[in-house]
Amino acid sequence: MIYADLLIEFFKIGLFAIGGGLVTVPFLFELSEKYHWYTSQELMDMIAVSQSTPGPIGVNMATYVGYTTTGIGGGILATLSLVLPSIIVVYIIAKALDKWHENIYVKRILSSIRPAVLSLILFAGLDIAKESITDYKEIIFLIAMILAMRIYKKNVIIYIIMSGIIGLIFQI
Amino acid sequence: MVSIWKLYVLFFKMGIFTFGGGYAMLPILKNEVVDKQKWITEEELLNYYSIGQCTPGIIAVNSASFIGYRMRGFWGMISATLGVISPSIIIILAVASLLRQHMDNQYVQWAFGGIRISVIALIISTVMDMWRKGVKKYRDYIIFAVSSILLMFFNISAVEVVIFAGLSSFIPNYKERNKQ
Repeated sequence: MIYADLLIEFFKIGLFAIGGGLVTVPFLFELSEKYHWYTSQELMDMIAVSQSTPGPIGVNMATYVGYTTTGIGGGILATLSLVLPSIIVVYIIAKALDKWHENIYVKRILSSIRPAVLSLILFAGLDIAKESITDYKEIIFLIAMILAMRIYKKNVIIYIIMSGIIGLIFQI
Repeated sequence: MVSIWKLYVLFFKMGIFTFGGGYAMLPILKNEVVDKQKWITEEELLNYYSIGQCTPGIIAVNSASFIGYRMRGFWGMISATLGVISPSIIIILAVASLLRQHMDNQYVQWAFGGIRISVIALIISTVMDMWRKGVKKYRDYIIFAVSSILLMFFNISAVEVVIFAGLSSFIPNYKERNKQ
């Protein structure tokens, strides 16, 4: 039952993907291996689109993945499942704990999770790269892109558009 | 009192103006909620925002839920959350269905061939940023190393890594204990 899988998996992601931006990527990469709803190449396309369109990237990714599996219904279901844990948790702690983020245990738990999340994103990135980087031309392009991002720190959308144009010219 | 509908509209706007990570949302929220509408003070906003970073889920969604709850209780929370995700649903569904129709096109494929490389570059660059901000103490290095080993050599899931890292915070810190 694909709808039940979507609900459970995106609820889990909403609960365990702590932080913003690309934290959902390792979880979504795992999904691609578990269910084969999409390939890792398609996942990269989804990241690019989610990053270049309005809306928080995690929410965009959920809609996109849901749509890829079962169309519009899947897109809406995955997005709602992703935000459900937020709503539940916020509802619980908003009542009781105004000083939640000043709590020493919460702080410690979070600062311990951060380095682990970093490792998760790194390994998901490497796994994705393995399948996509196949020759030296692409390696040079990748290094040039990383350098450009580190040096110029422009909006990510600019790099995505630029790389699309380069892809067209060099027919990658 | 703020109407539920107004909360929805406001957070719909937040959703549109948030690009990429939720970090871009804070200045826009401040402008709308604190400066223009004067619903909450800047201090309260920062408070909710940092709570949003400390709870499970997407930061932008957490902040929306929190502010919604504070303004109009349960239904305010639901309305603000639905508001912030609505633009994503509309825009992504439109773009995704459009792309699906044109993905066979050779030019679109070439463009995405290039774009995929920049996505990998983006992931690596994000990791570098996170490393600078989040890995400082020797404890952080150990957690990073152990998670990496688990990921490399054992068939461990992302959820398990997060749980392991969270639990490891209960291991007493030798240096800290000596200080007390």
